[in-house]
Amino acid sequence: MITEPAASTRRPASTDASFRTSLGVANRRTNLRRRRQRLTAVTCLAPALVFYLAFVVGPWLQSVWISLFDWDGIGDASWVGMANYLEVFTDASLRSSIVNAFGFILFYTVLPLFFGLVLAALTSGARGKGLGIVRTVLFLPQILPLVAVGVIFKWVYSPDGPLNQLLHAVGAGNLATGWLGDFTWAYPSVGLVGTWVTTGLCFLLFLSGIGKIDASLYEAARLDGANPVREFWHITVPGVRGEIGVAVTVTVIAALASFDVVYVMTGGGPGYTTMVPGVQVYQLVFTDNRVGAASALSVVLSVIVVGIVAGVNAVIRRTK
Amino acid sequence: MSDIATKPRSQSMAGRQTSRRVSRLLLWVVLTIAAASVLIPFGAIVLASLQDPASLTVSLAWPDRLHFENYANAWSTAGFSSLLGSSALIAGVVVPIALLCASLAGYAFATAPFPGKSWLMGLLLLGLALPHEAIIIPLFFGMKSAGLLDNQLAVILPLIGAFMPFGTLWMRSHFEQLPEELSEAAEMDGASTTRTMLSILLPVSWPALTTLGLLYFMWAWNQFLLALIMLQDPAQRTAASGLGKFVQQYGTNIPLLAAGTVIVIVPIILMYLIFQRHFITGMVSGAVKG
Repeated sequence: MITEPAASTRRPASTDASFRTSLGVANRRTNLRRRRQRLTAVTCLAPALVFYLAFVVGPWLQSVWISLFDWDGIGDASWVGMANYLEVFTDASLRSSIVNAFGFILFYTVLPLFFGLVLAALTSGARGKGLGIVRTVLFLPQILPLVAVGVIFKWVYSPDGPLNQLLHAVGAGNLATGWLGDFTWAYPSVGLVGTWVTTGLCFLLFLSGIGKIDASLYEAARLDGANPVREFWHITVPGVRGEIGVAVTVTVIAALASFDVVYVMTGGGPGYTTMVPGVQVYQLVFTDNRVGAASALSVVLSVIVVGIVAGVNAVIRRTK
Repeated sequence: MSDIATKPRSQSMAGRQTSRRVSRLLLWVVLTIAAASVLIPFGAIVLASLQDPASLTVSLAWPDRLHFENYANAWSTAGFSSLLGSSALIAGVVVPIALLCASLAGYAFATAPFPGKSWLMGLLLLGLALPHEAIIIPLFFGMKSAGLLDNQLAVILPLIGAFMPFGTLWMRSHFEQLPEELSEAAEMDGASTTRTMLSILLPVSWPALTTLGLLYFMWAWNQFLLALIMLQDPAQRTAASGLGKFVQQYGTNIPLLAAGTVIVIVPIILMYLIFQRHFITGMVSGAVKG
């Protein structure tokens, strides 16, 4: 706007007409540029979108479609409408898998959040090589194949395994039991493996969050005579609420969609005490040949996960 | 430190110093317990893998001698050459293709205006939360009718699709951080988009690409559910799904099983120890961005 008169004074000879054509050329050039940009965007997006639509979005829509049928996976499918969904919420074993998945949030989210916050608050001021090693070690479970984690803990919990051996060694041998075959203990035993896996991620998330908190807040609190516990609740926790939101999102997904650890450790047993939707879907398809019901369960699971994640993020955004 | 200097009373200074020493001691006690609770199961499985394979019950103890033959046995019994080969093939195809697609899409999201942009972003964000369980049934029957069961492609193709949301967001935030002048300057010089990408954007993107590539490798290597369902022929199984089947067949032979477990996790642990900065920043900041 401001440069326009300057530009016209630089070309005193330009008539009204030639000025208009030069404007037209400029317009066409920006049009051309925009069209080129749009073409580039479409070409760049196409491969990613093709893969995503063909192998994620498409299959999900198909899941919804299949869930409306009674189908054994081989023969003809018959339309049953919402009957499979009704079964998900009324059949005791299907419903218990969803209840168990929600219960895992205690082990995958609540406990790791607590441990992670306390550990991060304790170490935030610490320095030195030892801390680096601790960080590397605590994050380790996060990169392991969960199948291997399941195999390791299946043995740890086994009747002759290290856990019972430890209990005997400290004189608490009467507590020793076959953890994974026990109707009471199998569920928390499997759940704690989730705590073992996700605590490191929470710890490192919070550590990086605390690093971004303004140090003067702590100094001011200390001058006011605040003790470390007050500092923790009034500065550290509010300061990392963004990271808490992220940790909740990631770990809740891990809790609700757990498969590997349960499949390897208990297969959902004893009875249905450790059954989760992932293992239930697998069994319905490959053991019971009830593909429609399996699809309904998987659709319900995905709606729950996406719904919770969206809810958590909405709450976090509002508190910011 | 500074608050000690401002408080001249020697008594409180001494008190503060002891309390500081106590809290430091407490800190290292807590950290040692935390680190030990992670490391002990590892140490235990490594010890178990060296126990006498003939022993009926294996608990935590120093083996009578180190039975390295368990590794050779596990390797041949489970067929680890073919399992590891299958995993390597899947990761080797998935990682470069997913990197390329995600980078291009991330670049488009970061730089170009196009219709339906926020709508498409929302669709990708949904994919971040979508559990694999919700798509495997149609994928299984689709691959079956395409004749791709027991073929690594049945794992490769869905994995690339499932990797797009995270990778696109990751690369978008990378390209958004680059100064705009970088690509604009090249465009002014008349360079084509392809040239701009290869000669200007690629060199400055190596760190972001390396991190994403390592995460992709880890996720492909560790992938269990897809591999379990799509590759049921023992000759085509991956290391992870092979281990899952191995447990079911040799669940009672702990030394053999432990050796198999160590074989499966060693490659990923080595990668982690070499590139741990990439893994940690990738997962921590990647989660924050997502």
